Amino acid sequence: MAFRDDVRRVRAIAWKDLTTERRSKAGFNSVVALGVTILVLFGFALGPDAQALRDAAAGALWLSALFAGVLAFNRSYQVELESGALDQLLQYPGPRWVIYVGKLVANSLFVGLMMVIVVAVGIALFQVRIPAAWPELIGVTALGAVGLVVLGTFYAAMASRSRAREVLLPLLLFPMLVPVLLAAMSASKALLVGDMMHEAGAWIQMLVAYDVIFLVATLLAFEYVIEV
Amino acid sequence: MTAVEQSVEVPKAGRWPLFGIFAFAFLICTQVFAFMTSPPDANMGQLEKIMYVHVPAAWIMFVCFLIVLVYSLRFLWKGREDDDLLAASAAEVGATFNGLTLVLGMIWGKPAWGVWWAWDARLTSTLVLFLVFVGYLSLRAFVEDPQRRGQWSAAVGILGALNVPIVWMSVTWWRTLHQMASTAQTMAKVYQLGLWTNVAAFLLIMVYFIRRRYEAACFTRAAEQAAQAVALGGQD
Repeated sequence: MAFRDDVRRVRAIAWKDLTTERRSKAGFNSVVALGVTILVLFGFALGPDAQALRDAAAGALWLSALFAGVLAFNRSYQVELESGALDQLLQYPGPRWVIYVGKLVANSLFVGLMMVIVVAVGIALFQVRIPAAWPELIGVTALGAVGLVVLGTFYAAMASRSRAREVLLPLLLFPMLVPVLLAAMSASKALLVGDMMHEAGAWIQMLVAYDVIFLVATLLAFEYVIEV
Repeated sequence: MTAVEQSVEVPKAGRWPLFGIFAFAFLICTQVFAFMTSPPDANMGQLEKIMYVHVPAAWIMFVCFLIVLVYSLRFLWKGREDDDLLAASAAEVGATFNGLTLVLGMIWGKPAWGVWWAWDARLTSTLVLFLVFVGYLSLRAFVEDPQRRGQWSAAVGILGALNVPIVWMSVTWWRTLHQMASTAQTMAKVYQLGLWTNVAAFLLIMVYFIRRRYEAACFTRAAEQAAQAVALGGQD
């Protein structure tokens, strides 16, 4: 019974966050616009040679998603801090991890939708040829996005409530995300050229391991982070 | 739920300054010893001498970060503020040794490899580790409330330590899947004694640094608490 109550709480928090976003739309639109802008800037830095663009596409796409995603994570707590909504949220019954998972679900949908648009634009701008292994590529993108969102949501719970939140979140988050970025970029790059060396499988395993390890660790640690 | 309420006890310096003098004197002795006993390397010549500062610095950095992990866990478990202050002191000393490792490695790399930096697995993961702990120290600098600072930095410290093996693995794969890995060379007996005595000397210096930094951290906290007490009008 208790577990079903927790699931309902998670759903309520995710729904609340998504409704706030849906009604304002300003946050989502600006984050997507930023992601696309970064892609265009990468195009200027790397192009206009088509082959060079194609080679760098995986890296440019992931970095654009990362830079745009960082804004989404801080926003997710910033709306709670205005008019003390977080204090209210903490007074409701139920365990603390429920708040984290609720925000995780909302942020996953937010970042996932943002990445769909950014990737679609990136495929066009960087002249990427869609490989036969496109379902695997979507899987890699999803796994990478989960890693990004798990740590992003966790660190934003601290950074957004400190002084200097704009600089603190990337400073804490980016070095921690090095394995996700390396694995996601390498796997996507390999899949884009047909995975001749059969290296994508190892990277996908690493992504799964990273996601599971940090999901468990952040679930355990969240209570200590949100209550103070 | 942990709670930082009890006042921090400032430890006495005691004989620690003497210990520090001894540690530095010992380091000078072990350096001289290593320089005298080690013949020039067949490939690297006198360049191998940098090993006696570079390798101990790298190992001590790991010891420091292990201390951060252990005391962060202990702080979350027991909630005593001295554990948090000790973890922070160890993180600061560890970041110093980490920076030293990187700089010494680069000084060695320029003549040995001809470049200041190679995207080698060890170099890259050491750099990432450095960045993680710069983040840890920045977080501490940006948060005033001691309870919050303690719990947040403990969480960041534990996750950072958890990430070390994963970063190491990912960077190694990233390199080896594209390029041959550098082979580890076994060390001749002549060099070993010099290395181990220097590691011991570095360990003493680490203990000394952490201890004095910890004392300073306790002083800062005690001063904050005294100021708070005065502001509340309790004591003067």
